[in-house]
Amino acid sequence: MLGLNRKDTIFFLIVIALTLLTPFLMQPFGESSPLAQFNGGYPDLMAKVAIFGIFAIGFNILFGLTGYLSFGHAAFLGVGSYAAVWMFKLLTLNVFPAVILAVIMSGLLALVIGWISLRRSGIYFSILTLAMAEMAYRLAYSVLTPITNGETGLQVRPTDPRILDGPGAADYPNLFGLELSRSWKLEIGDHLFTFNVGYYFCAAFAILAFYISLRIFRSPFGLMLRAVKANQQRMNYTGLNPKPYTLAAFVISGMYAGLAGGLMAAMDPLAGAERMQWTVGGEVVIMTILGGAGTLMGPVLGAGTIKYLENIFSKINENVLHQWFSFLPDGLENVVVWIVSRFTGEGWALALGLVFMLVVAFLPGGLVEGGRRIAGLWRRWRRGDGGDGGESGDEAAHRPPSTPHVAE
Amino acid sequence: MGILEVRNVNKSFGGLQALKDVNLSVRENSLHAIIGPNGAGKSTLLNVLVGKLIPDTGSVMFDGKSVLGRKPFEINQMGISRVFQTPEIFGDLTVLENVLIPCLAHRDGVFRMHAFEAVEREAEMIEMAEHILEDVNMADRRHAHAAALSRGDKRRLEMAMCLVQEPKLLLLDEPTAGMARANTNRTIDLLKEIHEKRAITMVIIEHDMHVVFSLAQRITVLARGTPLVEDTPENIKGNPKVREAYLGTAEV
Repeated sequence: MLGLNRKDTIFFLIVIALTLLTPFLMQPFGESSPLAQFNGGYPDLMAKVAIFGIFAIGFNILFGLTGYLSFGHAAFLGVGSYAAVWMFKLLTLNVFPAVILAVIMSGLLALVIGWISLRRSGIYFSILTLAMAEMAYRLAYSVLTPITNGETGLQVRPTDPRILDGPGAADYPNLFGLELSRSWKLEIGDHLFTFNVGYYFCAAFAILAFYISLRIFRSPFGLMLRAVKANQQRMNYTGLNPKPYTLAAFVISGMYAGLAGGLMAAMDPLAGAERMQWTVGGEVVIMTILGGAGTLMGPVLGAGTIKYLENIFSKINENVLHQWFSFLPDGLENVVVWIVSRFTGEGWALALGLVFMLVVAFLPGGLVEGGRRIAGLWRRWRRGDGGDGGESGDEAAHRPPSTPHVAE
Repeated sequence: MGILEVRNVNKSFGGLQALKDVNLSVRENSLHAIIGPNGAGKSTLLNVLVGKLIPDTGSVMFDGKSVLGRKPFEINQMGISRVFQTPEIFGDLTVLENVLIPCLAHRDGVFRMHAFEAVEREAEMIEMAEHILEDVNMADRRHAHAAALSRGDKRRLEMAMCLVQEPKLLLLDEPTAGMARANTNRTIDLLKEIHEKRAITMVIIEHDMHVVFSLAQRITVLARGTPLVEDTPENIKGNPKVREAYLGTAEV
């Protein structure tokens, strides 16, 4: 189906199902349950996961396949947002033109930045991209203020021309009249599920983004990108020019970032320069590595994990902790709460840092590799039950490590 | 007129003249060896042929066209493939993928954005790749991780990657370096077989005299950056000048 083989088709269908059912999956606890604060099934968070999933999927096409580590992808995210808001201001609050212009503009910027940065590789490439993004960020605050509206940020105002919108048009980003902020609620017993137009709009793009990435991974073009990472010298002596391949990957990943930026503006129609800050570019690096660079699912898992931690952990303040640990003796309770509170609430980034450190040190292949190891252990344990575990376990150890690229 | 014509090539690095008035003519379909003591300029000459180095003066013509100023990938597309002293393969990929890449490069050229085709649907390319793997006796390892191969297998894989492009000229940089005698003999047989079956011109740079004399039809002796003599293996063996410059210290 859709140019995929059987295995990939099943895989893709599972991804579609998971995406569509996210409002259920991220809302596992009842409203009155004490664990309700761990529910992540509200529109803002779900849309963020989808948007950053797109960002990371695109980043993975560059970093995961070619091995070129860019720290400057925040610039494309920012440009996507600005382009989208300008479309809202000038043309219409319908989101389609906005998203399309976001992708085009970020693609053009990626072409320029990629063309310059790809003259170098390794750490020098990373530094060049970082410098370019930082430049874009500074420009947005200074010279480009007429376009970016400086520190205030670019916003939609009632006085904007919006030449395609009639007098009665919706004054919130919409999908042919259907406002993205609109939600339907479904109550089943104690559970409350929210279905939001904006989330499903982002989710549709996330599915498309994932599909394109899957096709690229399985294509001869994807094979060439992996060849860039494996051995550029051999590539040159095999009659292949690595430059256009890496540039194409760079532009594609830049367009993904632009799409993510455009969707961000669609969910919340304002754009500020802080979206271009290098920390945002660093965040997508962390997402990709945490989930598993070079794997298909890894970046999405990484994006989901980080956004979930960010939103849920940051809500756990000291009051909540005191409730949790109230069973402890008073003095001990205060100590435990003090320690745990360093990693929650405003200190959630510390928890993220700890997780990231553990993953990089012990699971270089990210969460996907972790999952695969657990699956392997389980298989071995089952075979051990059958009685010939030792021998087949040995055989598995002798097999060369499978490359993480073909993994799902 | 040979398929490869090197005329008056000079190359110096700082004060060191690595190549001095090098002239070399390689006839089509011949097996031509370049030998010489360490520092004779063999590797420099090879790097000039593949476009990695640009000579200060002189010309290098391949198949009637100049290779000077062209990038390595352009020269490869002209029909020159190179086997390295330490095998250069795509370690992260499988053996089959390693061979598929040159197949695709041969068909599609230096760049093609085939992002929406599927590798597994390239039946013709896969067949070609599997065929060449059989030729070098590696068909049973086609799904192995290339980095996990033994050194000898890596070299055979690299050879397969070059051969599948059907080059007109194959450059081999010490193809038996660091090999045990038994493996060396297997490589010699493999090269002989390839040469007979495929009618490829080969230029071999080699230290091992056993390999040189069992393979080469013509031998060029380089010494201090300049060709001392070019002749058949029999005449080279008896040449006192060569003995003095090189073979005097080696066992023949």
